[in-house]
Amino acid sequence: MRLEPISQPSLQRRLLPPAVAIAASFLIAALLAQIAGGNPFAVFGLIFKGALGSKFALLETLNRATPLIFTGLAVAVAFRAKLWNIGAEAQLYAGAVITVVLGTGALAWPAPVLLPTLAIGAALAGAVVLLVPALLKTRFGVDEVVTTLLFNFIFLLFVSYLLEGPLKDPMGMGWPKSSRLVPEARLPRIVEGLRLHWGFALALICAVSVWIIDRKTTLGFEMRAVGQNPEAARFAGIPVTAVILKTALLSGGLAALGGFSEVAGLKGSLTLDLSPGFGYTGIVVAMLALLNPIGVVAASLFVAMIFVGADSMSRAIGVPTYLADIMLASALLLMVLAILFTKFRVRRD
Amino acid sequence: MDLFDILLSASFWAAAIRIASPLIFATIGELICERAGVLNLGIEGIMVAGAFAGWISVWAGLPLWGGVAVALLVGMAFGALHSVLSVPFGLSQHVVGVGITLLATSVTFYTYRVVLPEVSSPPKIQAFQPYEIPLLSDIPLLGPALFSQTPLTYAAFVLALITGLVLFRTPLGLAVRAAGENPSAVAAQGLSVTAIRMGAVIVGSGFMAVGGAFLTMSAFDSFFFDMVGGRGWICIALVVFGAWRPGKAVLGAILFAAFDALQIRVQQTSLGTVIPYQIFLMMPYVLSILALVLMSRSAQVPAALMVPFNKGTR
Repeated sequence: MRLEPISQPSLQRRLLPPAVAIAASFLIAALLAQIAGGNPFAVFGLIFKGALGSKFALLETLNRATPLIFTGLAVAVAFRAKLWNIGAEAQLYAGAVITVVLGTGALAWPAPVLLPTLAIGAALAGAVVLLVPALLKTRFGVDEVVTTLLFNFIFLLFVSYLLEGPLKDPMGMGWPKSSRLVPEARLPRIVEGLRLHWGFALALICAVSVWIIDRKTTLGFEMRAVGQNPEAARFAGIPVTAVILKTALLSGGLAALGGFSEVAGLKGSLTLDLSPGFGYTGIVVAMLALLNPIGVVAASLFVAMIFVGADSMSRAIGVPTYLADIMLASALLLMVLAILFTKFRVRRD
Repeated sequence: MDLFDILLSASFWAAAIRIASPLIFATIGELICERAGVLNLGIEGIMVAGAFAGWISVWAGLPLWGGVAVALLVGMAFGALHSVLSVPFGLSQHVVGVGITLLATSVTFYTYRVVLPEVSSPPKIQAFQPYEIPLLSDIPLLGPALFSQTPLTYAAFVLALITGLVLFRTPLGLAVRAAGENPSAVAAQGLSVTAIRMGAVIVGSGFMAVGGAFLTMSAFDSFFFDMVGGRGWICIALVVFGAWRPGKAVLGAILFAAFDALQIRVQQTSLGTVIPYQIFLMMPYVLSILALVLMSRSAQVPAALMVPFNKGTR
C-alpha cells in the first residue's frame, strides 16, 4: 500500500473523513454501552440530556469546558510548532499554586489590581515549568515528551507536599487542602445568579488572542514554519531555538491560566484533585480541533458535553463514566487518521 | 540503620531485583519497538491493560501462566492498533502513542467497572510465589537476592538475554535494527520495512503488557487504578539510558530499582522524618530526567527513529 498526496482536495474530501471519525467513535461507544447492559439510544439520550437538558446542565458543561479551552490551546500552540508538550497538567497546577500563594491574603489589593496580578503570576509560573523541558530539548536534545510527562508526576508530588506543608489550611481539619482565596481574588460570575465565572470569558479571549498571534504576527508565522520543517526554517533565517522557547512560554502560560481560572473562578482553594486530567484531555481537544485555536473552543464544548453527560448518565443507569474516556481516546486516534485521508489517497501497489 | 547496612542486606537487593523485573519487561519491549524505528508511547496504557488482563484472567479461573499469556495477547492487540496507525499510515508516533495510552487505560477502567461493579476493594488472586533455585539460592547475599525470586522475574532476565541474542546474532535481528537505522537499505534487500516494524511494535507491546502483569501477579496480588504510576514513561528513559542495548538496559533497570528500594528504606530512617516523603517519591522521576540529560550527548539513537518510511519517497 502507498499514500498518494492529493493536490487539490475537494470540500467533500476535507469534511467527510473527520465526520466519519466522530461518527465511528460514537459507534464504538454504543457497542461498549451495549456490552455493559445499557441500551445505546438510552445511553446517548441521557448523555445529551445530562449535558444540555437544563440550564443547570448547560452551565455545568460550560464550566467544565473552561479549563479544557486553556489546556487545549496550550497543546495546540505547542503541537503547531512540533513542541510535544504533554505536561499541561503540571503547568495547570503551577498556575493554581501561584494563585493560592498570592491570593489567600499575601496581597491585600483590590480586585481590579489583584486579579490581573494573579493571572500574570500564574501564567509566568506555567511558562517557567514548561521552559525547563524546552531548554533540555534545545540545549541537550532531550525528547520533551518524556520530560514533560515525568514533570507531571514530579509537580503533582510537589503540590502534595505544599498542601501538607507550607500551603496547608490551618482550619482544614487535617485535609491536604489550601486556605480559601480572599474575596478580592475570586473571579466574579459573568451574570449574577448564573453559575458561570469570568474564567470562561478569559478562555474565549485567549482563544481569539492565540488565533491573532497565529495568523497576524511574525511569531505565529515562525512557529508554523518551525513546526513544518525546522531545517528549512533555520535555513530561511528563523531563530529556531528562540521560537521553540517562545512557544514553550506561551503554551505553559496558557495551561497555567486554566489553573488560575479553576481556583479563582470555581473552587476557591487548591486540592490535589483540582484537575481530573485536564492536561491530558487538552491533547484530545487540540487534536479534535485540528490544532486550530477557534476550533479548540468548539472541541472543548464537545468534550465537556460528553464528560458532563456521561457523569449524569452513569448515575442514572450505571454504565461506567469511563465510556466517555474511551469515546474521546478513539475519537483522537480516528481523527488523526481522518486528517491523513483528507490529504492523501491510499493506493495499492 | 546505616547506609552500608542497607546496601549489604540481601533483602535490599532482593527488593531491587523485584522492582526491576516489570521495568525489564517493558524496557525490552520498548527497546524492540525503537530499534525498528518506532517510538511507542502507548507503553504506559499497555502496561495498565496488561496488569488488569493478567490479573482478571487468573481471578476468572485461568492458571497463572494463562494469565501471563492473556496479558501478552492484550498487549499485542494494542500494539497491532498502534502499528497500523504509525507504520503504514505513518501518523505522528507521539500522537498515536498518547492516544493508545488513553485508549488502553480507559478501556481497562471501563472493563473493570463492568466486570466488578460496586466492589470497594478489588479481589485478590494467588500470585506467583518465590521459587528458590536449588544450590544457587544458597550463595550468601547473591542467593536470596537473585535466585529466590518468582518465576516471572527469571523470565524477565531470560527475555532480555534472548532479545539481545536475536537482535545482534540473527538475520531477523539485523533486519529489525536496519529498519530503524536505514529502512531504504532494508527495502533494497527486498524485505518489507512495514512488516518488520509492525512485527516489532506488536511483539514489543506484548512484553510491555507482561511487565504490567508482573505488578498484579507477582509484585502484588491485586489491581489498583494508579498502580502503573508512570513506570511506562520511566522505561522510555531507561531505553535511552541503556543506549538501546538490552544488557545495558537491564543494568539501568536494576540501578534504577536499587535507588527506588533505597529511598523506601531511607524513608524509614531518621532522615525520613526530616525530609518530606514526597521528595523520596519524586526521586524515580527526577533520576529518569537526569539519566536522559546525561546520556543525551553520547546517545546512539537509531537513525530512523520516528521517521515514517514510504516506498518511492526518498
